[in-house]
Amino acid sequence: MRLSINGKPHDLDVEPEMPLLWVIRDVVNLTGTKFSCGVAACGACTVLIDGQPVRTCVTPVGSVSETAEITTIEGLASGDELTPVQAAWVEHQAPQCGFCQSGQILAATALLSQTPEPTDEEIDAAMTNICRCGSYPRIRKAIHAAARAQAETLRAAAGEGASNDER
Amino acid sequence: MTNVENEATQQTEAGGERPKRKGPSRRLLILGGLAAGGGIAIGAALSPFSRLNEQRAMVGRPGESVLLSSLRIAPDDSITVIYPHADMGTGVGTALAQILADELDADWDNVRIERAPGETAFANGALGQAYVRGDTEIPAPLAGLSWLVTRRLAETMNLQITGGSTAIAMTGMEGMRHAGASARYMLTRAAAKSWGVPVEEVDIKGGRIIHASGKSAGFGEFAEAGLEYDPPARLPFKSKSAYTQIGKSRPRFDIPAKVNGEAIYSGDVRLPGMVFAAIRLSPVPGGVLESVDAAPASGRRGVVKVATLPNAVAVFADNFWRAREAVRALDPVWSPGENAQLSSAETIKSMEAAVRSSGLKKDHARGGAARTIEEAGEGAIERVYTVPYLAHAAMETVGCVAWMHDGELEIWGAFQDALVAKYQAAKTAGIPSDRVKVHHTEMGGAFGRRGYTIDFLDHAVRLAQQTDAPVNLIYTREEDMTQDYYRNASVARMRAVLGEDGRPQALSHHYAERHDPKDASRFPYDVSGLDVRFANGNSAAPWGAWRSVDHSIHGFFIECFIDELAHEAGQDPYIYRRALLEHNPRMLAVLDAAAEMSGWSSFSGADGSALGIAIKESFGTVVCEVAEVRISDTGAVSVPNVWVAADPGLVVNPDGFIQQMESGVVYGLTAALYGEIEFENGQVVQQNFWDYPMVRMADCPNIEVKVLESGARTGGAGEPGTPPIAAAVANGVFALTGKRIRQLPLSPPGAQLGA
Repeated sequence: MRLSINGKPHDLDVEPEMPLLWVIRDVVNLTGTKFSCGVAACGACTVLIDGQPVRTCVTPVGSVSETAEITTIEGLASGDELTPVQAAWVEHQAPQCGFCQSGQILAATALLSQTPEPTDEEIDAAMTNICRCGSYPRIRKAIHAAARAQAETLRAAAGEGASNDER
Repeated sequence: MTNVENEATQQTEAGGERPKRKGPSRRLLILGGLAAGGGIAIGAALSPFSRLNEQRAMVGRPGESVLLSSLRIAPDDSITVIYPHADMGTGVGTALAQILADELDADWDNVRIERAPGETAFANGALGQAYVRGDTEIPAPLAGLSWLVTRRLAETMNLQITGGSTAIAMTGMEGMRHAGASARYMLTRAAAKSWGVPVEEVDIKGGRIIHASGKSAGFGEFAEAGLEYDPPARLPFKSKSAYTQIGKSRPRFDIPAKVNGEAIYSGDVRLPGMVFAAIRLSPVPGGVLESVDAAPASGRRGVVKVATLPNAVAVFADNFWRAREAVRALDPVWSPGENAQLSSAETIKSMEAAVRSSGLKKDHARGGAARTIEEAGEGAIERVYTVPYLAHAAMETVGCVAWMHDGELEIWGAFQDALVAKYQAAKTAGIPSDRVKVHHTEMGGAFGRRGYTIDFLDHAVRLAQQTDAPVNLIYTREEDMTQDYYRNASVARMRAVLGEDGRPQALSHHYAERHDPKDASRFPYDVSGLDVRFANGNSAAPWGAWRSVDHSIHGFFIECFIDELAHEAGQDPYIYRRALLEHNPRMLAVLDAAAEMSGWSSFSGADGSALGIAIKESFGTVVCEVAEVRISDTGAVSVPNVWVAADPGLVVNPDGFIQQMESGVVYGLTAALYGEIEFENGQVVQQNFWDYPMVRMADCPNIEVKVLESGARTGGAGEPGTPPIAAAVANGVFALTGKRIRQLPLSPPGAQLGA
């Protein structure tokens, strides 16, 4: 079996029923993805599969397409350059104990890729991950901030594109 | 506790230079001479307070550090503050560094933090110090714990506890300030000697050592020379008006590693040859394993071993999933023992009977309240309140890594007291504690669970004794929830007699189960007669400190009852409290601030909502919360807004403090709305988040926090946000519906409050 995780191929010899979470954590040893409930109730194990948030603790690895691109928390930043979501998390001091935050950040990343400027209701609907430290109010603010940052980046890019066209 | 700042100021030696020592100073700890990166380490330990000398002789360890707060200075002038606490998610290391850096006038850009090793030399004995000095009780959740009582006095010094919301108040405002002042003392003297100028002309500002002539140097230049100077046990501290770091919202040092997956928790530790262990413990507390057939597990792929403990069976495998699936395949036979019939419903019934019985133990009483209430008979207002058992349910399930090798034991894990973990692991392994090394990992929440209820460490050690490999023990969510040490259930019978003016003349508060802290049941309102009593011994379920401990219980009892008394008196619950707090300007200011933030006086409630209010002082911090309550179409309680006013006396990192208030509200709201652990036939019913639900984004209120600084002795941050919220919401439900709910949780799954 072969999986692509954070752009890197991995050849795996594991039972197809093994949840993707444990392949990521204990076989590939990317430990930023966390185990908490084991029943897809909390979202700590969330990763992106082709951009979609997936709770990996109940996702058999055999059900994942070999052509799918899996993104874990380790695959977001390029070097020290954080994504807008990660940067907003730092700016708004969202994490406390930090254990749920990989899942929260990936769920928010997926939300913003599909809904670039989400309303509070859309955040409520998409962000169902549990945080016992109560970081929800800051996560909400961070998502709005990341949405603004992304929009500004897009506008700036569009502006550059326009000026290039004029030339 | 007396005001240490004043004591220190009064007894300061005026610029007197101490004689140079030949050998290493008793008060200085040099951490490996030239440390990594070429820095040198300074540790300033308080010498014994003179009052302590007699007691020190008694405990037989004269000259031992009472408190050691350490600092490493590098040649590039960066300073590393070494702090003796676990970060339970509060960012305590950053706030502690702010306190030291402030006293030293360090440049914040040059400040780093490092967790002190779990070694006795780094005990945060401030707690022990306060205890020995006899001017305060050991803060909750320590006081009264049996291990503490039975330990020798000397051993109480060897704490590295994070709990009881004490890190800032004690380690910070006493230890870190002293460490900063000591470093200032040493660096300025070293510079003065080198420059050949009087020390009075040398100062530190903005991270530079400066002389009146304009000459200046960084800390690194004089750090080693500074070791020649032995700071006195008492030094003057800066006045509040001179603070440069305290009161600033500094971003937490720990957060960057928590947004990119770098932070390492115990389950993330990877060691050569390591095995993962999944465990099943006796489903009934106190039960034992009779027998288990290992066959269903042992042939499975990746399974290394089936190991048993007196009360558990575990499987070692090359990854956790294989271990977990294998242990689930087993069919262990348990002997449940004396708790086989344990029932929370029966326990609560026995508590209800107990609080109505005579012969309760006295908590505190004055003014003949008991007689006044008895004489009033039916004229007394009587209400009974009930709170359930609660689990901690941190996001990271409990567990740790243990490795026995070469007669030594290494532990990787997160403990609220690394020293207790070290001693306990040594005792379990049957080896001297100096052969145990505890490596810190990040803590994925704890809320009291990882303080003195660390049986998971014992299990890990006993499992590690059965293999040469490091063992990474991870609890499943179900094991974590059913094998917890629970916040106890409790029942209170509250009675009061009101005067013609509606004010309480006598109040009686009889409750079940007293743990810590002892002031949790304190009634803050003006009342001439008070009769507070308790009945212990009705709860057999495993008990553990749960965020704010007994305050979480009494906050609900007292603040619901006072709200009911306001209603009986025909008065607004805010105005009623206000009139009864006139003697306590600190609480009054906090009460007023929360009421004002919420728009209490002008709140119309026209759109189907209502406000509830509650106030509680805990761990030295006064917190008032106003909750806006709604009832949904399905009858569920929702809380769209919470306004929090809080006075911790002094705030070190305002944003960090606000974060902890938000955190305390959400944690307490989950318990208030949904939290209930039940025992049936000796076993915990609730298994996972699907039947022990949590507040999530959609049901999390907007939380607005206002911080007041009265200048009172610095209080805590981690816990005080939790106690008021359940009562605030319950009182809001009454304001909205006219229905009093005297039992938590308010909105269990399937509740039909509006129906």
